Amino acid sequence: MPRLEAEQAVYAYLSHDRETPVFSLGPVDLVARAGEFVALLGANASGKSTALRMLSGALRPLSGRVRLEGVEIGGLPARERAQRVAVVAQETTLMFPLRVWEYVLQGRYPYSERMHFESAEDCAAANQALQEVGASHLASRWMNRISGGERQRVILARSLAQQPTLLLLDEPTQHLDIGGKVELMRSLWRLARMHHYTVLIVTHELNLAAGFCDQVALLHRGKCLAVGTPREVYRRESLETAFEAPLQVQLTAEGMPRVLIQNYFDGDFGGIADSGVPETHSGDAAIST
Amino acid sequence: MQPMTVRRVLGVCGLLAVVLFGVVVISLRLGAYPISVRDIVLTLARGVMGHRAQIPSDDWLVIFGLRLPRIALGIIVGASLSVAGASFQALLRNPLADPYVLGVSSGAALGAILSLLWAPHGGLVMQMAAFAGAALTTTAVYFLGRRGGQLDSSTLLLAGIITASFLSAVIMFLMTTLAGRDLRGMAFWLMGDLATTPAVSMGLLFLVMGVTIGAIYTTTPDLNLILTGEDEARHLGVNVGRVKVVVYIAASLLTGLAVSVSGSIGYVGLLVPHLVRMLFGSDYRLLIPATALAGAIIIVAADMLGRTVMAPTELPVGAMTAVAGAPVFIYLLRRGMR
Repeated sequence: MPRLEAEQAVYAYLSHDRETPVFSLGPVDLVARAGEFVALLGANASGKSTALRMLSGALRPLSGRVRLEGVEIGGLPARERAQRVAVVAQETTLMFPLRVWEYVLQGRYPYSERMHFESAEDCAAANQALQEVGASHLASRWMNRISGGERQRVILARSLAQQPTLLLLDEPTQHLDIGGKVELMRSLWRLARMHHYTVLIVTHELNLAAGFCDQVALLHRGKCLAVGTPREVYRRESLETAFEAPLQVQLTAEGMPRVLIQNYFDGDFGGIADSGVPETHSGDAAIST
Repeated sequence: MQPMTVRRVLGVCGLLAVVLFGVVVISLRLGAYPISVRDIVLTLARGVMGHRAQIPSDDWLVIFGLRLPRIALGIIVGASLSVAGASFQALLRNPLADPYVLGVSSGAALGAILSLLWAPHGGLVMQMAAFAGAALTTTAVYFLGRRGGQLDSSTLLLAGIITASFLSAVIMFLMTTLAGRDLRGMAFWLMGDLATTPAVSMGLLFLVMGVTIGAIYTTTPDLNLILTGEDEARHLGVNVGRVKVVVYIAASLLTGLAVSVSGSIGYVGLLVPHLVRMLFGSDYRLLIPATALAGAIIIVAADMLGRTVMAPTELPVGAMTAVAGAPVFIYLLRRGMR
């Protein structure tokens, strides 16, 4: 049985009169299995985050279905859903000081009774989560005294402390440098492969998604243009439609697609020649994204 | 990893309760009628155990009739304002929030001043009118602070600030235009004071306070998560909408209760939660009960100082908290910047 399944799922944001759709998403068809790493790709305002929220159960589809291990995700009680689905925040703004272990331990809330005091089992789960992201050494540090990359790992650890089967992340690499992006993608890939999470991310990083993800879904203005492996989905025409930019796709020696920007200077302007006269360029300038 | 435990909560609260008892005993000693600490403790113990006949009548009158009611009022007001402040800081996700930020105090003051037009001697009418003013303001701000059918923290804060400003303007207008009237009772509101005996029973006040703080306490695990982000809390299974309504109503009730019997005592609701955080951490499962006890300690101690520093003149407790509160706030601000 697939872990996550979206079947003709549609959502729409309505205007104030509750009749006119301001933005429509779908229909979305997506199947993700245990151990798979999936990316939702698309330009800004293409509906990626809305799709993520619909797949997390936060938004109920107006038509169609989203199922988690065969069960309608929107019908699950909030705590039970939180035990199975973890939505990883991009960043966290803490009003008052917290230590890393206190923050990660909050991930055990879905398992708590009304007046919850954490048990030894909760502490073990939190420690395990910190180990999985390589942040055990940060446990006693204050959250406002760690770096951005370290905070990202701690935020991920809190989600893992929920012991979910589905991990959802909305643009997790947004504030990271290239090294941080690669490290995070590697971590997520390991979580999927070795710990059998199903990981689904929203991202703009086409080449990182191609390198790490088993499946990608390409969205454009609320429509799902293509779903499949990166090699199936990364077609020049589809990508240019989705991103409204001149792109081309090359295959590496390993058969992995790589997206390049075509006509970087749009055929008009280039650099300044030694003579001091502006140069014009035509043709491709192959600069990787 | 040292998670919060019931034992730690009870231990810290036990320690604070002992300190509160000590402050109460010292405060009971103050006054023209001399009574030793030993006699005070014995009288309290016998009174609690129902052995009234064993207590000398003068001791009973002084302690239970005169001094203890004022101290008990200080405990109620200190605990209520401090817990309300801590609750609003979580609800609004703003460390500068205090019990008055949403206009409850201004509403209560307006109710009180309007009641003085018809019942210039204050008393029960004034206190009921103040509570009614607080309740109406709470209701109005609640509806103004909704967005998409739910309480929105930013909208609530703005609605509260605007409402407080408007009501303050109305109060100033009334006090200016009604200058010929005897509005000495309004000085009580401006300074905050424990000298006026509540018109309702102390037992009822303690009951309402206890139940309301208890209601807030049941939401403390949720508040810990809401403080890291409402969306994140929802994804963890918190019913954020329900928690916000419960905390808003309960904290407003505590504020209305305190303000209707003591006027606007400032700084307590803002500073006591921060002081408790510095000492014991930010976990609301400990913060709420510890803040209640610490607020009670501070108000009783402030009132005691107000009665002694310029004896026989009594300084209102609100003046004492303001004089001490500003330097403490500056210290916390500087400490936070480091």
